[in-house]
Amino acid sequence: MKIPLIYNIRSVLHRPTTSLATALGIAFVVLTFVGMLALANGFRSAMISTGRPDNVMLLRQGADSEISSGISREHASIVRSLPEVAKLSDGRPIASADAYVVVAKPRLDGSETHMPVRGVSPEVFELRDEVRIIEGRSFEPGRAEVIVGRGLVGRMADVEIGATIRFGQQDFTVVGHFEADGSVFESEVWGDAETLMAAFRGPVFQSVTVRLADPEAFDALVARIEADPRLQLQAKREPDFFAGQAQFLGTMLEFIAFFVTIVMSIGAVFGAINTMDAMVAARAREISVLQTLGFQRRSVMASFLAEAVVIALAGGALGCLLALPINGIQTSTVNWQSFGEVTFAFRVSPKILLQGMIFAGIMGLVGGFLPARRAAKQGLAAGMRRG
Amino acid sequence: MPLVEVRDVRKVYRRDTVEVPVLDGLNLDIEQGEFLALMGPSGSGKSTLLNLLAGLDSPTSGSIRVGGEEISSMKPKRLAAWRARHVGFVFQMYNLIPVLTALQNVELPLLLTPLNKKQRREHAETALRIVGLEERMHHFPRQLSGGQEQRVAIARAIVTDPTLILADEPTGDLDAKSAEEILDLLGRLNAEYGKTIVMVTHDPHAAERAGRTLHLEKGVLVGDGARPVAAGAGAVSGAGAGAGAAGGEEGAR
Amino acid sequence: MTRATLVRANLGRHKRRTILTVLGLGIALFLFVTLQTFLHTLRSIGDIGSETHLVVTNKLGIVFPLPMAYRARLQAMEGVESVGYASWFGGIYQDPSNFFANFAVDPEYLAMYPEIVVSPEHREAFMADRTGAIVGVRLMERFGWQVGQTVTLQGTIYPGNHDFTIRGVYSAGRKGFDETSLFFHHRYLEEIARNQGMDGVVGWYVLKVTDPNQAAAIAQAVDEAYENSASPTRAQTEKAFNLSFIGMYGNIGFFLNAIGMAVVFAILMVSANTMAMSARERFSEIAVLKTLGFTDGDVLRIVVAEAAWIVGLGLALGLGGAVLLFNVMDFDMGGFAPGLSVSPGVALGAFGIGLLIATASAAIPAMQAARLKVTDALRYVA
Repeated sequence: MKIPLIYNIRSVLHRPTTSLATALGIAFVVLTFVGMLALANGFRSAMISTGRPDNVMLLRQGADSEISSGISREHASIVRSLPEVAKLSDGRPIASADAYVVVAKPRLDGSETHMPVRGVSPEVFELRDEVRIIEGRSFEPGRAEVIVGRGLVGRMADVEIGATIRFGQQDFTVVGHFEADGSVFESEVWGDAETLMAAFRGPVFQSVTVRLADPEAFDALVARIEADPRLQLQAKREPDFFAGQAQFLGTMLEFIAFFVTIVMSIGAVFGAINTMDAMVAARAREISVLQTLGFQRRSVMASFLAEAVVIALAGGALGCLLALPINGIQTSTVNWQSFGEVTFAFRVSPKILLQGMIFAGIMGLVGGFLPARRAAKQGLAAGMRRG
Repeated sequence: MPLVEVRDVRKVYRRDTVEVPVLDGLNLDIEQGEFLALMGPSGSGKSTLLNLLAGLDSPTSGSIRVGGEEISSMKPKRLAAWRARHVGFVFQMYNLIPVLTALQNVELPLLLTPLNKKQRREHAETALRIVGLEERMHHFPRQLSGGQEQRVAIARAIVTDPTLILADEPTGDLDAKSAEEILDLLGRLNAEYGKTIVMVTHDPHAAERAGRTLHLEKGVLVGDGARPVAAGAGAVSGAGAGAGAAGGEEGAR
Repeated sequence: MTRATLVRANLGRHKRRTILTVLGLGIALFLFVTLQTFLHTLRSIGDIGSETHLVVTNKLGIVFPLPMAYRARLQAMEGVESVGYASWFGGIYQDPSNFFANFAVDPEYLAMYPEIVVSPEHREAFMADRTGAIVGVRLMERFGWQVGQTVTLQGTIYPGNHDFTIRGVYSAGRKGFDETSLFFHHRYLEEIARNQGMDGVVGWYVLKVTDPNQAAAIAQAVDEAYENSASPTRAQTEKAFNLSFIGMYGNIGFFLNAIGMAVVFAILMVSANTMAMSARERFSEIAVLKTLGFTDGDVLRIVVAEAAWIVGLGLALGLGGAVLLFNVMDFDMGGFAPGLSVSPGVALGAFGIGLLIATASAAIPAMQAARLKVTDALRYVA
């Protein structure tokens, strides 16, 4: 026969201070867990949500990032004219040859970072249709104008509309802000490729991105590029490329999250064992009564385990609740794989919250096991003796 | 001069706004070497009186002198030192420290004296020998019977050679045989070692062992020095301590 | 028996509880010390930077090169003792996950860093070999390389596979200095770059100045000299350069601190609760002690001594473990964080937290014990 759960809930409420302290300990562990995973998740989702799968990104053979890549004007135009590339009604290819650099600029907090600057082709808004101007207007080709991703707005100096950014010996005017579905493009400054190349490295592109006319034609495109002796290029689907750029930092953030929370959870489990032990000791007589009434050891054990889990879940729920306000908080760092600043937000997802609750439940089970076994093993006399 | 002089002692407890007088102008003298039993129904104030004598509590008004020293006005810290020196307390529930052995429990109050480690041990062993438990000195309380625990508690009470031994229902939680042993022991401490003992009890049979029995009722002493009342009641009820005590309580309400 | 016996007996009362509390505290303090040490080491990279070295980079940022032609003019500037230069190579050994730093450097550059300790024989062998390389001792260990071995790096900036022969091993002349890099001749890089039309440039210059007090003035003079050129410069002390690099991590420090605080809070909560619980369970015993004549002060000392023991053991475990791991065994998280070392400040912080926990966990029960009316407590028992 089972001991009703309400008995345990009443017991927990009967010792509010002790129960609360234990629950709070678990709440802090869950808070840290959720917070750190939300950070890693926010970073990863910014990178992963970048690009369309039917866009193909080409870099020079061997380059591990756009920064280390270089594609000549000649090669860029060969790629644009390949038959697998989709065309607009007027016959222009849906493609962009990008000049990508990172420029040392100060954040608003005074620290310095690498602001990513991407020079793009006029067709880029067809190619990357997630990019939308949210304020001001777009840059005009041939003019010293740039637009700024909304991730940089409010975090970097001199990016408001009308402000002037100096690149090398040339001043550029910010004429608009854009959004891009939360992707890394929102952490970039965009302008006309030709104008920006003149200000930076000269006539060399870092990447060429093309839209496939047929989404299934990826392999055909790769085969054609490999067959062309002039082209020393590697092709990746756009989202795959950006996800790859998230590998190191994403893994590191997740590693830290798991390392810290696992270590912390051990401490919290020890605390839970102590509290439950004390509860068992304080209720020796109650346990005896339960056994006298005919409840079996297994029921007593299950009952105390349930109690530990109730406390832990309450703590877990509190931790999740405390973690909710951090959702959406923006932060930024330099992603050393792409060399550029990435702005991203803490993303508390239902999945992470669920993980947090499961984690809390496990802490409760582990923490409750030894005390529950102790309660079940306790003989009848032990409880009656001292009362 | 008596060892203990209690003069016009009043003790009033406050419950919310209501004042409940427990002792009401009580006077009492206890001579050196006396074995005094305090009887009375529950709520009559006998435990309160015992606590006042032990310096665990202070009277609302009046004076308590022990060995010529006024204890009712002492500051808590001085009172604690005074307790350590002059009072040995025996509880109904023994109240031994469960994590200490019998010997260590007995030694505990000696930590407050200037005795060195070796002397402390010797004193504690002597006390245990007096109560007849030198064989069990390395046992923990849970390894002892109730009667043995109470004997350890008595050893702890006498180890500092206090001026006063105060016992609060020392046999209240024991079976008849063990109770008898404890009463014998207290009697012997009084007779052989000349200890002054004040014992609170419900049990007329226990009270019989004392040299004098006082009855408290509603905070006032009745029948000072009148012993036959207790003896008679004990003899009449006959059935035992429990029945007598229960009857007394019934009557008080 | 002494009072210490009583404290010991109390600690042994619930052995499991005492052990778990000590372990829990130890783990939490270890975590705190590790996070703080990581943060502190990151911050102290700025301190490693020398005040007599100026780093000259392209004003646009470190990924933009500077003309090699600048060298002669920089050398001729007043107050400049010597000029070295280096370029980031960015080669990959077998797989991108094997990442380590590899630079092309000129001989002057190596001479500027006494921290890079190479034996004279190794240095000589390195200088004599066009494709020679000097490798940090930890990097050698990581891949099991031997001196004389040829390693192939796949270029990311400079396409193709490039062979290097290990001619020397360097170790750090000072704790915390990196031992995981590979250096090779800048001339060799120029050969590679020439074939690809990328020659004539360097990644950055390092200037050694004769008088550190003149460093700021020299830096300004350098920047002014190239202000209107095609490649304007940015000269700053090595220290400032390193600090700006650290700054790029953004508020990672803030987050690590926040986590550290959450950890401290959690342990404070759990441990203080446990210790307070232990004391609370013994109210009747405390009442007995007070009956025997123990003062509030005596009781406080016993409760504090217990808390001090538990916290002290936890500290020994957590702080001692971290010191042993990082300061004695030089643990570097698998090459991820070399040069970690628990600083006195961090250790002091851990002590402070220990003190806080001990005080908090002793204060509440001690206060309750002092307020405890013996007569009430005893009545409750009986």
